[in-house]
Amino acid sequence: MLCMHNISKVYRTDSVETHALREFSLTVDEGEFVSVTGPSGSGKTTFLNIAGLLEEFTNGKYELDGNDVSRLNDRDRSRVRNEKIGFIFQSFNLIPELDIYDNVDVPLRYRGMKAAERKQRIGRVIEMVGLASRMHHLPSQLSGGQQQRVAIARALAGEPRFLLADEPTGNLDSAMASSVMELLTEINNSGTTIIMVTHEATLARRAGRNISVRDGRVNSGPAMHIAAATA
Amino acid sequence: MIRYYIKLGALSIRKNPVLSALMVAAIAIGISACMTILNINYVMSGNPIPHRSDVLFHVQLDSWDPNQSADDGGLTEPPNQVTYLDGTALVKARKARRQVLSYQSSRVVQPADRDLRPFEVNARSTTADFFPMFDAPFLYGRGWDQAADDNLEQVVVLGADVNERIFGGENSVGRTVMMNDDVYRVVGVLDDWSLVPRFYDVTTQAFNEVEELFFPFSVSVAKEVGGSGNTNCWKPWDEAGWSAFLNSECVWMQMWVELHGADEEQDYMAFLDAYVESQKAIGRFPRPANNRLNNVMEWMADQEVVADDVQVLLGLAILFLIVCLLNTIGLLLAKIMRRSGDISLRRALGASRNAIFSQYIVEAGVIGFCGGILGIGLTWLGLRGIEVLYRQYEFVENLVRMDWVMILAAVALAIISALGAALYPTWRACRIHPAAQLKTL
Repeated sequence: MLCMHNISKVYRTDSVETHALREFSLTVDEGEFVSVTGPSGSGKTTFLNIAGLLEEFTNGKYELDGNDVSRLNDRDRSRVRNEKIGFIFQSFNLIPELDIYDNVDVPLRYRGMKAAERKQRIGRVIEMVGLASRMHHLPSQLSGGQQQRVAIARALAGEPRFLLADEPTGNLDSAMASSVMELLTEINNSGTTIIMVTHEATLARRAGRNISVRDGRVNSGPAMHIAAATA
Repeated sequence: MIRYYIKLGALSIRKNPVLSALMVAAIAIGISACMTILNINYVMSGNPIPHRSDVLFHVQLDSWDPNQSADDGGLTEPPNQVTYLDGTALVKARKARRQVLSYQSSRVVQPADRDLRPFEVNARSTTADFFPMFDAPFLYGRGWDQAADDNLEQVVVLGADVNERIFGGENSVGRTVMMNDDVYRVVGVLDDWSLVPRFYDVTTQAFNEVEELFFPFSVSVAKEVGGSGNTNCWKPWDEAGWSAFLNSECVWMQMWVELHGADEEQDYMAFLDAYVESQKAIGRFPRPANNRLNNVMEWMADQEVVADDVQVLLGLAILFLIVCLLNTIGLLLAKIMRRSGDISLRRALGASRNAIFSQYIVEAGVIGFCGGILGIGLTWLGLRGIEVLYRQYEFVENLVRMDWVMILAAVALAIISALGAALYPTWRACRIHPAAQLKTL
């Protein structure tokens, strides 16, 4: 369902060309939990941004659900982001002046959903991440782990088919990181495809498949099927 | 969605109170400067009698010296008043539906109550058609009729204030008033009559209030009541005395006629031309025939009731508003750049460029609305300042009024200005790349 073929991304200035991705090819099937690892500057985040339609690519072909996304205009890209993709960021990226309810509400607003349905969905996902009692708290009144749970709730509220997570546990202590990972695993078990960028090998191993990125390319070694290896 | 954007706008204002307050203040100050002058311009250039302004015509006859200007308009401009000879001849001819000949004078009212001291009032000597023609509002009674004019009846119409002073505001119709040692019978009491500008006589300050007392023109002439307005003469008269003055070429009266439709206007103009030709035959009217009929708004424009310096001030005020808006653009830009992280996040969560544009333009509208409300307050203060500064002029009170049209205009101008100022910053907001700020948030 996610298929990148020979994707390249070049950042150009007047005098410098930086190749963030080179002939990057990857296919992710529906329901997979894929971790993406690699050193800093290897192109992990660029890959995730392109996968999430946050950035355009220079060359190659990217199909999402069988559709060539390079032909989409801004409005359609925004709609695809809103309806099919959920984002989880390292630093949570909650809007500080909005309470938890309103933060989770943001993507649903852009979908033009009716108030009753929004309310029902928000209630369900906030309860799912265990924060029903904090619905009207501001982000600043929550711990880091709780904030990340809110971010996950926000990503799930739109019932996306893809969850793209960029270092989702990077700002959390190990206990909270473990709890967030359990939640992501649970979400994946319910059928949502997850692609998670991380630099922590222990967390990467909890995904079903790991790909390693180096110098803008998928590492040429055999793909690591964690589940198979540990079986 | 608009309610959501308004909510976000209000939250953003609360989140950045100092920056938001600066923007609101910049808009409010610009709006108030603009609206203060605009309000004065609006009042000055307003139609004082909109339902009849097209049928009321000011009459000009060019009886002036061929070698010198009558007013400031040069040799081709006729004087803006008429002589007694011409005015009375035109009224007597009764060629229009209605005709009014009038002039301003000053009278001393002597109340019957000995506890009240005599007081001087601005009065207007006028013919009977004045009241129906200019739609004067009556509290009690009505104006006098043609017979009263013809029979030199000593009747009077009081303004509401004079009636309050002499009769305590009661219905005084039928009672008498002593005026310059003559007794007049009250036939009517006017209600409050706000006529801005007071179009029927712009020679005695167009923005002064209407006179406080009206009595028949024929009585006024018979009692040799001189005018208190402008009297302009180009030719010395042969003898001394009132009668010689009346027969002189001095202009000191205002002449208005009521005409309905182009045909009536054309006919009346033909009548004026014929009248002037007849006067030329007896040695008057040395200039070429140059008769004029101007309806109310044409007459206001011709007499430049809205002074040029008000227009200059208006231009300066608009420039000042533009400077304030340029400041607002800078502040909005700073605010939006500070919120580029929020914009990136919303774009990632599915907001299109249009949605971001709508959000920030609505926020600018909210700021503009707040600026408009504050601007109304500052405009009110500005008008009060002008009133205090120029309180020695009677007419100032009429210029510093602010009606609902101007209040709504202030809010609308503020919102439109804010939206205009927000276009560039909002466009910049739309260009913020969705991925640009997410990692650094």
